[in-house]
Amino acid sequence: MPAELTPDTEELAYRIRRFALEMVHRADSSHIGGALSVADILAVLYGRVLRVRPREPDWPERDRLVFSKGHACTALYAALALKGFFPLDELAEYGTTGTRLLGHVSHQVPGVEWSTGSLGHGLGLACGQALAALRRGASWRVFAVLSDGELDEGSTWEAVLFAAHHRLWNLTAIVDRNGQQALGDTENILRLEDICAKFRAFGWQALEVDGHAHQALLWALEAAVSDSAPTCIVARTVKGCGVDYMEDRLEWHYRAPKTPELLEAALRALARRYGRAYESPALGDDRVGG
Amino acid sequence: MRNAWIRHLEQVAGGDERIFLVVGDLGFSVVERFAAAYPGRFLNAGVAEQNMVSVAAGLAREGYFVFVYSIGNFVTLRCLEQIRNDVCLHNLPVCLVSVGGGFMYGALGPTHHLTEDIAAMRVMPGMRVYVPFCARSAEVVLEEVLGQCAPAYVRLGRQAVAVENVDGCGLVPVRKVEAGRAHTVVVSIGQLSADTVEFARREAADLFALCRIRPLPVEDLESVLGRYRRILVVEDHQLEGGAFGALAELSCGRWCLEPCCVKGFLLEGGREEELRRRFLRGEGPL
Repeated sequence: MPAELTPDTEELAYRIRRFALEMVHRADSSHIGGALSVADILAVLYGRVLRVRPREPDWPERDRLVFSKGHACTALYAALALKGFFPLDELAEYGTTGTRLLGHVSHQVPGVEWSTGSLGHGLGLACGQALAALRRGASWRVFAVLSDGELDEGSTWEAVLFAAHHRLWNLTAIVDRNGQQALGDTENILRLEDICAKFRAFGWQALEVDGHAHQALLWALEAAVSDSAPTCIVARTVKGCGVDYMEDRLEWHYRAPKTPELLEAALRALARRYGRAYESPALGDDRVGG
Repeated sequence: MRNAWIRHLEQVAGGDERIFLVVGDLGFSVVERFAAAYPGRFLNAGVAEQNMVSVAAGLAREGYFVFVYSIGNFVTLRCLEQIRNDVCLHNLPVCLVSVGGGFMYGALGPTHHLTEDIAAMRVMPGMRVYVPFCARSAEVVLEEVLGQCAPAYVRLGRQAVAVENVDGCGLVPVRKVEAGRAHTVVVSIGQLSADTVEFARREAADLFALCRIRPLPVEDLESVLGRYRRILVVEDHQLEGGAFGALAELSCGRWCLEPCCVKGFLLEGGREEELRRRFLRGEGPL
């Protein structure tokens, strides 16, 4: 029987989005669009799927999450803090000098397996960890969250070949298919479709889901262990999801909601999307660097 | 040297279950015995070097000490960012092992000449860099690498001249001028050839072999090299960034160093011995 979802993953996704918005506002940093598109994927993973122990981040039996789209780090940091890997207050340090919360995911942060940021590394790293688990008969799973843009990288396809050849059934790749990369639509820059068909042709099990529908994501993540092949879940998402003025707009790959007014507008839009009352910023109003 | 090294790895792997060997679809007639003895700790990653290094990092993250073996350019230059980000940034025990250093594949032309690897590897944070000069020194290097649990690069060459009493990775004396004290010393990097020995004889020079380029054996170098008026560094590597460069950085102008290194691409093939002889004479583009 597939697991039934409880509302807590929606709450988690809402709070991941809120904190990500506040972090990029305070730091005046980029990549909020990709953080908002991956928020639901992380909420379902951390809310219902991953076996992790926040107080014991290196627990040997933990499931491994390789977050290959390191530029969307604010969403991951928020998810980890909300799960208790480190204090929520620390999110306010994002973008400050000396912080361990770097602008691309850093392995110095509890719960982060790998520093990433240069695209095309994550799936190969995940393959190595998945192979180690199979060679040792370990039961933990490996999840790799990829951007769709990094499917341009040849190294990603080396790893796709490898995973199928070695029957890494304990490996699940989730592609955050928001359809945009740095300079435009993926299909106009280096055509990727049909992604599922490509993965299947390489020997993977592949399925496509709505990357903002938690129940569908959960079912897909559960179905991912039912075969002897690795699984790719192409999660259709919207870049900037949750904030109406950011959705599907390329500029939010780069821009931050820099002014208090823009942040408030974003938080209000988000609250409307979730049918909630507006809440003022949780990390305070002081922006990094004044 | 390669065969001695892999045999030694086999022996050590029997008592050290951390050891894992990854190859990039190379090593015919060399790696089969390891693969048969330890199938659970052997992997042919195929002709996919970027992924090979990422996979090696993933294995190392899970507790293995991973040796990655391939022809020189493929295990260093082709996957340079994976070495930097996946291995070095995470300070993982991954040892990259190359064959074909310098002009070992001389006849195959510049795509297979390896003369930039030491520069590329020794700039990587935390990377230890070794260029053994004979079979015994390769074994000593393996033991030192296993004791460090850190990223490492080992360039294996051919053994032409065996050196006795190799007990470390520092500066090893090979030849001393018999009568009187030499004013010149030749420091040979990597595989020691008969030509290098002959070169030292012609120069009336003492001859030392150096195999650990990073970190340099500073005490050895300071105590030995300071005694000579002239230091010739023989290295089948580009002038910039290799062992000559490392010694020049250490020297900061104190020593009279002269490079006998490679300069630019060699666009013609040839037997390794002949190509080495040419660059020792300072001929052509070398």
